Amino acid sequence: MDKSSFEVKVGLAEMLKGGVIMDVTTPEQAKIAEDAGAVAVMALERIPADIRAHGGIARMSSPKVIKAIQDTVSIPVMAKCRIGHFAEAQILEALKVDFIDESEVLTPADEENHIWKHDFKVPFVCGCRDLGEALRRIGEGAALIRTKGEAGSGNIVEAVRHMRRVQSEIRKLAVLKDDELMAAAKQLGAPFEIVRQIAKTGKLPVPNFAAGGVATPADASLMMQLGAETVFVGSGIFKSADPAARAKAIVLATTYYNDPQKLAEVSSELGEAMPGIDIASIPEEERLAKRGW
Amino acid sequence: MIDSKIKIGVLGIQGAFAKHISMLKNIGVQAEAVKYPEQIDQFDGLIIPGGESTTMSKFFDEIKIRSKLINFDKPIFGTCAGAILLSRNTADPLVNSLNLVPIDANRNAYGRQTESFISDINLEFDSKPFRAIFIRAPKLSNPAPEVQIMGTFNDDIVLVRYRNVLLSTFHPELTDDSRIHRYFLEYLVAESYA
Repeated sequence: MDKSSFEVKVGLAEMLKGGVIMDVTTPEQAKIAEDAGAVAVMALERIPADIRAHGGIARMSSPKVIKAIQDTVSIPVMAKCRIGHFAEAQILEALKVDFIDESEVLTPADEENHIWKHDFKVPFVCGCRDLGEALRRIGEGAALIRTKGEAGSGNIVEAVRHMRRVQSEIRKLAVLKDDELMAAAKQLGAPFEIVRQIAKTGKLPVPNFAAGGVATPADASLMMQLGAETVFVGSGIFKSADPAARAKAIVLATTYYNDPQKLAEVSSELGEAMPGIDIASIPEEERLAKRGW
Repeated sequence: MIDSKIKIGVLGIQGAFAKHISMLKNIGVQAEAVKYPEQIDQFDGLIIPGGESTTMSKFFDEIKIRSKLINFDKPIFGTCAGAILLSRNTADPLVNSLNLVPIDANRNAYGRQTESFISDINLEFDSKPFRAIFIRAPKLSNPAPEVQIMGTFNDDIVLVRYRNVLLSTFHPELTDDSRIHRYFLEYLVAESYA
């Protein structure tokens, strides 16, 4: 029996495709997410919009919060650890979370190194802004990649930028000749073998999800049409006027992302979306996407 | 030979439906995702893929596809969450199953993701073992006498056939081994297709 195999890790990511993963901070919110049809929840102490407002050091959630959420829902429960904080990851693995997000939403613990994720049985998801960053994380063992977007902003612009960049860099690799791939790997700052694999297959070796700034059913549809295979929604649900209705609408929008008629239907009577922030108004040093490399 | 005109619908609410579609196309039959109840009648067989059974169960009512699935009289293959949804009883109020196979399903019976695993299993119809991927897999129990046990892992029932419905608790669509999909096409679909 081989439990730690990479295939088993990617296998769970495959099962989440076409679904919505929701940030929750309490068992009550987790229940709302599960009832709305979420395929998984991300257990947090504070959602990104509140982390942003609160300031200070953002750390792994307390085991108590995670356990309470695990006891409440039967869908997979994910949790975040700080970039490079492998001890937090070890604790999350001991708690038997189903997926760990090594996340820029929390304050980084290591400014040079990310976690060596191959050492863990539990699968990891990591954020990226471009293909090089995605492939460095896959090289370290990430079984799932997501856009960083700009968490807690309610603004989709950064997630769009990151998704488009990854997709267009994949297309560029696919037309290169064998003798051009080493230079491409150097330029991307990415492991050569994975660069070669992508040049051959034309796709990432792990699923690619969207995160950071999704606030409406239309945002979910946009990201799916740009090539995301699943959508993470952080602050967008529980910072809106009617979380249960919005959660359900975003779930439907992710399945019917290419059906504008259906999207119009699910988007009506939703109440106010979260307010949102213009990215230009966030000082450089407060932008979460800049954390990690 | 499997007839290349055979057309299989793969329920595309969410989950591993694209993997099933590419497996079917590699075998050489037609396959497409099903997201609307009115699509169903055109297919010679259906697959309900792995994914989250709670999510799919909610969609069955939300998009009014439940009765279409129950009354679909051609072959159906359910993998993992699909097997849960086709079983008689899930003992979970969040998953209202279609009750097309008289066997009970217990969700996440091996535990959480850290207990997911890969293992060889024995097949009733082939002497070569099958390398099976189990992801937060369910366990099947209390089969009615007419349910045929087609595959086992230790003492666990992992592959069954009941009339024209096939259930697996693992994910053949995540491997390159097409024997179980071929079995479904050759012995269940081709029979009703002819």
